[in-house]
Amino acid sequence: MSVTRYHSQLRQSAAERRAETHPLTWRLRDDGARIGLDEYVGKDGYAAVREVLNRQSPDDVVATMKEANVRGRGGAGFSAGMKWSLTMKGGSIPRGYLVCNADEMEPGTFKDRLLLEQQPHLLIEGMILGAYANHSRYGYIFLRGEYVEAARAVQQALDEAREAGWLGDDIAGSGFDFDIALHTGAGRYICGEETALISSLEGKRANPRAKPPFPGQSGAWGKPTVVNNVETFCNAPAVMAHGAKWYQDLSGELSNDGGTKLFGVSGKVERTGLWELPIGTPGRELLERAGGLRDGKALKTWLPGGGSTGFLLPEHLDSALDFDTIGKLGSRLGTGLLTVVNEDQSVLSLVRNLEQFFARESCGWCTPCRDGLPWTVKLLQALERGEGERGDVELLDKLADDLGPGKTFCAHAPGAAMPLASALQYFRDEFERGVTHPPRTAHADPIPVGQI
Amino acid sequence: MNDTARTIARDGFVIEPEDRRAIEHERDHYEQPQAACIEALKIVQRRHGWVPDAAIPAIAEVLGVGPADVEGVATFYSLIFRQPVGRHVILVCDSSSCFLNDYEELRDALSAELGIGFGQTTADGRFTLLPVCCLGACDRGPTLMIDDCTYGPVAPGDVADLLEGFA
Ligand SMILES: Cc1cc2nc3c(=O)[nH]c(=O)nc-3n(C[C@H](O)[C@H](O)[C@H](O)COP(=O)(O)O)c2cc1C
Ligand code: SF4
Ligand code: FES
Repeated sequence: MSVTRYHSQLRQSAAERRAETHPLTWRLRDDGARIGLDEYVGKDGYAAVREVLNRQSPDDVVATMKEANVRGRGGAGFSAGMKWSLTMKGGSIPRGYLVCNADEMEPGTFKDRLLLEQQPHLLIEGMILGAYANHSRYGYIFLRGEYVEAARAVQQALDEAREAGWLGDDIAGSGFDFDIALHTGAGRYICGEETALISSLEGKRANPRAKPPFPGQSGAWGKPTVVNNVETFCNAPAVMAHGAKWYQDLSGELSNDGGTKLFGVSGKVERTGLWELPIGTPGRELLERAGGLRDGKALKTWLPGGGSTGFLLPEHLDSALDFDTIGKLGSRLGTGLLTVVNEDQSVLSLVRNLEQFFARESCGWCTPCRDGLPWTVKLLQALERGEGERGDVELLDKLADDLGPGKTFCAHAPGAAMPLASALQYFRDEFERGVTHPPRTAHADPIPVGQI
Repeated sequence: MNDTARTIARDGFVIEPEDRRAIEHERDHYEQPQAACIEALKIVQRRHGWVPDAAIPAIAEVLGVGPADVEGVATFYSLIFRQPVGRHVILVCDSSSCFLNDYEELRDALSAELGIGFGQTTADGRFTLLPVCCLGACDRGPTLMIDDCTYGPVAPGDVADLLEGFA
């Protein structure tokens, strides 16, 4: 049969990956098999846990993570050390929860899958360090339901780690106790939003919650709860083993952010895939590693980090792929996995596809998101058919604005607004070409779908 | 089997003792029983293929929560099926990277081969076709999942061969 089963695969061979330069992937095998406990421990695995739990204080861990400037790899780029410093702990405060966000569903993103399937012990080690820093009593790995292979790998690793004493009571003779359970989801993108994830973990509908209180103050079951992305936790062991300066130096002159990043490319390029590179590596290098566009096509536009990031142009390829630089360009680094669009592909159609996704995945709590997104989709479909009316493009401007930051309960709607607003800015002519009718002749005044 | 070994809800839905134990085991992983709700729904679905209405009060009873709390959850999540599904569920990624890799052609080829659209089940009960969010396999798009396995890239011309392997 010509169709192959999917296996997560890094594009860099073992020869290129070294402990000093590739903290996330140096242990991975070229054959993509899971790194078991023995192999992990044989390659310095759990050394950071043994060292830190016995010789450093929780505050030392927070300070080192802060200084290293490990920014959240789930998309928002918030400093992990800063987040950990804000967790309520000590005194009479009960020990709470540490949650790994492994809900990876951002369109165009396939990075956490690699770490979960091939190196779950690195995640577990990072979570133990996180738990120590945050006084967490219990951990959950919130894994999307479709990641069946990852569930197997993670469960095996949890069992191995518990058996070997890396989880449970008195870890590595330090007196610190912590354990982790695997929680698998049942679909819905919104579960990845951290407060919705907590609702889902509690066995409820995944509706986001108001902040404040922040999860670090009152999260799962009212206890302090720390939520971080898979890749964020996976950075912690090397940071603690080699120090903040070493981590900062990995990205050197390229960026103020520290460390490396799992970058990737998808779309019609010669060689799609994943690479671990210093954060701040320019998009051009990634595109070169991907062998350029397929069939000699030219690059039209690209998304730097998933469906909820803003479109960028070919001229932005030389900018550093880090949180601040891409933010200054009006987009977001997001997950750091590039989606490439070639000269023949329609941005209008792609935006329609993205907004259909966001409309379907809205939890329905706030009006702009619940009603504005289906409306947006209708307008985009009309333009795509060449049946738009005068005023439709301006209406889309307004909808993008209404979906923007600060107007809804969670960042789902702003995430939907970003590709829309940037496409309207850079590729306005594609939208305008779909306008062929005077107002109110092609379609009835667009009705908010919620009212039909 | 005697009645005490089974959980029988008012309208006769039976949670097998083995499933009941699995649900109780899951319940112990969390601070409150409601948290095991999604896992309980999945356990029932694993046995029956879907979650019939009558299963809701039965699950609520095992967890000691209200039926409305279970029902609200059961209708929210896309991987909990509230209608009978085929022996194999095909989840087709309809997100951006696959879209750029001609997902729509794959979707049409699947529809043509099976004679059904999204949300439908073939008359012989073999397949149910559903869309799904980005499967995290975008480097090999267009992608789909059949039961527990992800495949990619799947060209429209591969569809017949691929489906042949599923009885
Ligand atoms: C709609 C939505 C979906 C999200 N999905 C994910 C996800 O799948 N994985 C993830 O790590 N973060 C996701 N996030 C970001 C989380 O809310 C949160 O910022 C993150 O888990 C924090 O971890 P980090 O600081 O380590 O990145 C999502 C956010 C939104 C608004
Ligand atoms: S912005 Fe959308 S997804 Fe977020 S809470 Fe509001 S309705 Fe729900
Ligand atoms: S967009 Fe289809 S697998 Fe990611």
